[in-house]
Amino acid sequence: MLDIVLMGLNHKTAPVTLRECLAFSEDETSVALKVFQESPAITEAMLISTCNRVEVLMATRDTSNAADTVKVFFSEFKNLPVSEFEKSLYIHEGDNAVRHVFRVASSLDSMVVGEPQILGQIKTAYQIAISKKTSGVLLNKLLHRTFFVAKRVRSETGIGDHAVSISYAAVELGRKIFGTFEGKKVLLIGAGEMAELAVEHLIRNRAGDILVANRTFKNGVALARRFKGQAIRFEEITGFLEHVDIIISSTGSPDYVVTRDQVKGIIRRRRNRPLFFIDIAVPRDIDPGINRLTNSYVYDIDDLKGIVDENMEDRNREAIKGERIVDEAVISFRHWFESLDVIPTIVELRNKMEDIAKGEIKKTLQTLKHLSNDDHEAIGRMTNAMIKKILHDPTLLLKSNGHHQNKSVYLDATRKLFKLDE
Amino acid sequence: MEIFIFIVIIFYLLSTIGYFAYLFLQKDVFQQTGFYLLVAGFCCHTAAIGFRFIQSGHFPVNNLHEVLSIVGWTIAGVFLVFQYRFQLKVLGVYAAPLVSIVMVIAAKFPNAPHQMNNILNNLWLVVHVVAVFIGEASFALACGVGLLYLLQEHAIKSKKHGFFFRRLPSLELLDTTGYACILTGFAMLTFGLIAGFVYAKAVWGRFWSWDPKEIWSGITWLLYAALLHQRLTVGWRGRRAAIMAIIGFAIILFTFLGVNFLLQGHHGEFTKL
Repeated sequence: MLDIVLMGLNHKTAPVTLRECLAFSEDETSVALKVFQESPAITEAMLISTCNRVEVLMATRDTSNAADTVKVFFSEFKNLPVSEFEKSLYIHEGDNAVRHVFRVASSLDSMVVGEPQILGQIKTAYQIAISKKTSGVLLNKLLHRTFFVAKRVRSETGIGDHAVSISYAAVELGRKIFGTFEGKKVLLIGAGEMAELAVEHLIRNRAGDILVANRTFKNGVALARRFKGQAIRFEEITGFLEHVDIIISSTGSPDYVVTRDQVKGIIRRRRNRPLFFIDIAVPRDIDPGINRLTNSYVYDIDDLKGIVDENMEDRNREAIKGERIVDEAVISFRHWFESLDVIPTIVELRNKMEDIAKGEIKKTLQTLKHLSNDDHEAIGRMTNAMIKKILHDPTLLLKSNGHHQNKSVYLDATRKLFKLDE
Repeated sequence: MEIFIFIVIIFYLLSTIGYFAYLFLQKDVFQQTGFYLLVAGFCCHTAAIGFRFIQSGHFPVNNLHEVLSIVGWTIAGVFLVFQYRFQLKVLGVYAAPLVSIVMVIAAKFPNAPHQMNNILNNLWLVVHVVAVFIGEASFALACGVGLLYLLQEHAIKSKKHGFFFRRLPSLELLDTTGYACILTGFAMLTFGLIAGFVYAKAVWGRFWSWDPKEIWSGITWLLYAALLHQRLTVGWRGRRAAIMAIIGFAIILFTFLGVNFLLQGHHGEFTKL
């Protein structure tokens, strides 16, 4: 009997240096699948490789043999002795393997719980397996179930709600102030990865003009070009405060770049339109006293970190609901899996035939009133014999071992042909 | 009649429960249920008032019971319009209980038919009362929106993102909704007061008679006029506008209740027990 087996390592069991060594590109994945396909121990296979995990999902008749095949392949392909990574490997079989796949796709097993990329990565891995024809009935069914479960977890729990990165948390906060960013002007002071990321988020959310102020005007111009914005001189900041709505600051300045007095004078001229300062610099660029001014809001990096931590806790709480959905799905998958067994399928098939025959005999006999009881029995015997003869060859084929490579294909086809699952 | 008001109150109370369930559980279905229950209540309420109108032959503002009933009716109606226009779902948490409370209080007062008073049979009076009440209902909503604004702004300023932060909409939406409420309220109040003057001229032969209610209504009008003026000229918005909306509504409450019970005047006639 085929079993579903998952083997691999992830961010919890292996350090990044090891994960780097074992990572597979898409082309390498194809090569690996080809090797697995040729192995007699592995019937179906799929390889998932992301920056946080390398996992092989397979259907096999012989778990230990299949595992060894994969280990040896990893070792040869990546030039790494098996002992280097063997300790980090985990092997899940049956229900546990199914649960693991569901959890990974639902982002319950991710480093950042609820991050959305993993589902896409699994879809890509599955596409490769399909194109290399290494996925069969079991993996196809499992993966389709997986996508369904992942979607359910995402839509029914708050696992993907609320930002868990500093720059995105700032954007979410801005939305609570402005509602929409349409037409809102953004001023970026200085430069830096997080600050630039926040600007990109804002642009994606349809923010208006982007202004860039940098101590070195040339750098400012370069950055402004990237955002299709406009560079201004550092000394001009005060003047522009009147026109912008969101200020993101990330400079190396030891003193405040924007002070309370600077802003205070400008509020009236802005007709009290709200001002939102995002201070990503350490030491801080924005005078925290500005937060006490009317319609002005200042968030520094610690404030944003606090929000991220809170959101993270929220996600972890939501993950518990996700686990419940996964558990349900594992049980329903097991039902399908067990139904693939030969005997129940044959029994169900015969029952279905007999039900049909019984119904038809009853209908026919109603119109043939002249027949005696003996005649009735003879007709019954004849239909039973017909059913037996008709089902003889299919039963033999399903029961036989070794004649065909993958029994589950036939079982699945039989169940579908005769609609046994309804 | 009594049973009619009873059904209306039940609808409003159920709607309140719906909105509170929405506040705590954040499921949109509760908000929709609350909204439709309020619509149902409002329809019954309209029928009840219309029935009363036909039965007695004059606009039902004859005693405190009827006046409060009209107050609840206008708040419910104005809220439904604003909800439809601005999609400020969470405001129902303020409006539905407010309407329920007003109606429960109304039901407490006896609804004995008052002696027929001919001065109530005048179109200008109906316009006066309805316009003023719609205006005041709008101000009541502006006060609610102002409260929500202050809650949300406090959450953002203090950086403590608790229960309300996630449940309340953006400051911008709260501010524009509050502004729209005050604009509507002011327009209706102005219109209602003018109708009142015309009516006063017809009945008593003078526009203005220094009745305490008239004085306080004038004060209310001036306050909101000042608020709107400041917004248009120097951009009074956000926190200050929210606080003013709350103060303004406090004065309206005083004008409505305090003047009736503490001071004397010809408006007292209508709110007799």
